[in-house]
Amino acid sequence: MTGRDAAFAGPGPDALFEEGLKAGRLRIQRCQRSGRCFFPPRLLSPYSGTPEVEWVEVSGRGTVYSTTVVRQRPERGGDYNIALVDLEEGGRMMTRVEGVPPAEVRIGMRVKARIASGPEGAPVVLFDPA
Amino acid sequence: MAHPLRGRAAIVGVGVGGLGEAPGRTSLDILSEAVVHALGDAGLTLGDVDGLFPGTGAHFTPSLDVAEYLGIRPRFSDGSMTGGSSFVAHLLPAAMALEFGLCRVALVCYGSNQKTAGGKLVTLSRNSPYEEPFRPRYPITAYALAAARHMHEFGTTRAQLAEIAVAARKWAALNPEATMRAPLSLEDVLKARPICDPLGLLDCCLVSDGGGAVILVRAERARDFPKPPVHVLGCAHAHWHRNITAMPELVRTAASESGPRALAMAGCKPADIDLVMLYDAFTITTLLFLEDLGFCPKGEGGRFVEGGAIAPGGRLAVNTNGGGLSAYHPGMYGIFLLIEAVRQLRGEAGERQLAQPRLALCHANGGVLSSQVTAVLGTAETL
Repeated sequence: MTGRDAAFAGPGPDALFEEGLKAGRLRIQRCQRSGRCFFPPRLLSPYSGTPEVEWVEVSGRGTVYSTTVVRQRPERGGDYNIALVDLEEGGRMMTRVEGVPPAEVRIGMRVKARIASGPEGAPVVLFDPA
Repeated sequence: MAHPLRGRAAIVGVGVGGLGEAPGRTSLDILSEAVVHALGDAGLTLGDVDGLFPGTGAHFTPSLDVAEYLGIRPRFSDGSMTGGSSFVAHLLPAAMALEFGLCRVALVCYGSNQKTAGGKLVTLSRNSPYEEPFRPRYPITAYALAAARHMHEFGTTRAQLAEIAVAARKWAALNPEATMRAPLSLEDVLKARPICDPLGLLDCCLVSDGGGAVILVRAERARDFPKPPVHVLGCAHAHWHRNITAMPELVRTAASESGPRALAMAGCKPADIDLVMLYDAFTITTLLFLEDLGFCPKGEGGRFVEGGAIAPGGRLAVNTNGGGLSAYHPGMYGIFLLIEAVRQLRGEAGERQLAQPRLALCHANGGVLSSQVTAVLGTAETL
């Protein structure tokens, strides 16, 4: 029972994820029963339906699963990329791939995570071509 | 053995209100206009309605807000909200409530003043904090990501997606209620302003005002109404995600689950269907649903729609009202799938009328390819 009690005590998974990013570490959760990683953070593993989950630091390496360019007039900041990236260890993130023009991001492209400052200063995970 | 709910509820009234633009009207004003028309169609009055299945984009407690506005005291209400699919989804609890005698007259209804209220989608919906920082433009970004992935996996082209917009426009040209009826070419669609790659402006549904209402009763009472009844032969819900990031595969929706379940309940297969009404928020949604519902194999949707195959005179009648792409799309479109199917099955569709259709499949989408609801409707002879 101790593991289960711990899962429901203290800061929740959103807070723990953000705490990791603020410390410069990309940590996501892993299902202790299936060994599979998942994202976004939550108390229960989507693979086992139990709170038997642990935090692991991941490599930040990933692959673009899909990508789009949001078209926007230059005076409003111009076009920008939005992508879905599959992490090497498992789990998918919405993100922005930078370092190449937004339309040159390709499905299947290998990318590497970078922790940056997002809107209102909260940390966000962006990716660059690997 | 047939499913115990197969055909047990029947639609005896449909109505629309405020389609296109209804300046100065609230969503409830527009909803009530549609309700009045549906009641007139069924030969009923508001006092007969004791089951309420409402939704709007603007009300957290739609059952309460709508019942108060209409001045009714329902014995049973269900305001479940799964986005644009809600109103097709309501067929199932409405059929159950009627069957068990929890109500005698069920009213499914919707209203929206999206266009004249400023063009922005009025919604109480909140997006994931794990998506919001990247400034996705909802809902189109999600559909663009799905379209890009479909093109990558199956070689689907923008020209094939454009076929869907052109087919919708050709149907809309035959529908006096439709907003966009001027001729549209593949070239027009391909050259339209890009919004969210690979989708351009004409890959996107319209923004309009509008409301719809559908009235159901038990099958044995349905013969006593002015119009021929349209029976709910099957209905099934499925959902596998809420946010696009959580969708397992962007090229395969939960329609692949709801479709077969609804068809099994109705006791029919895709080849039996005379009219296919698909929620076309974007060109890619029509394509995904044709595949996931079994009208063509996975990955073949692009080739399937080529050459005007789903336009008037094509091999499959799809979205004969002109769809959300060309007719109207007031924020949440699901109820209009049912209304067009009923009009076609009754033979009331004017210039666009199909030759004696008996079975219609309505497939609705909610969220970002999230909620998938399929219904099979049939004339009395299909019972």
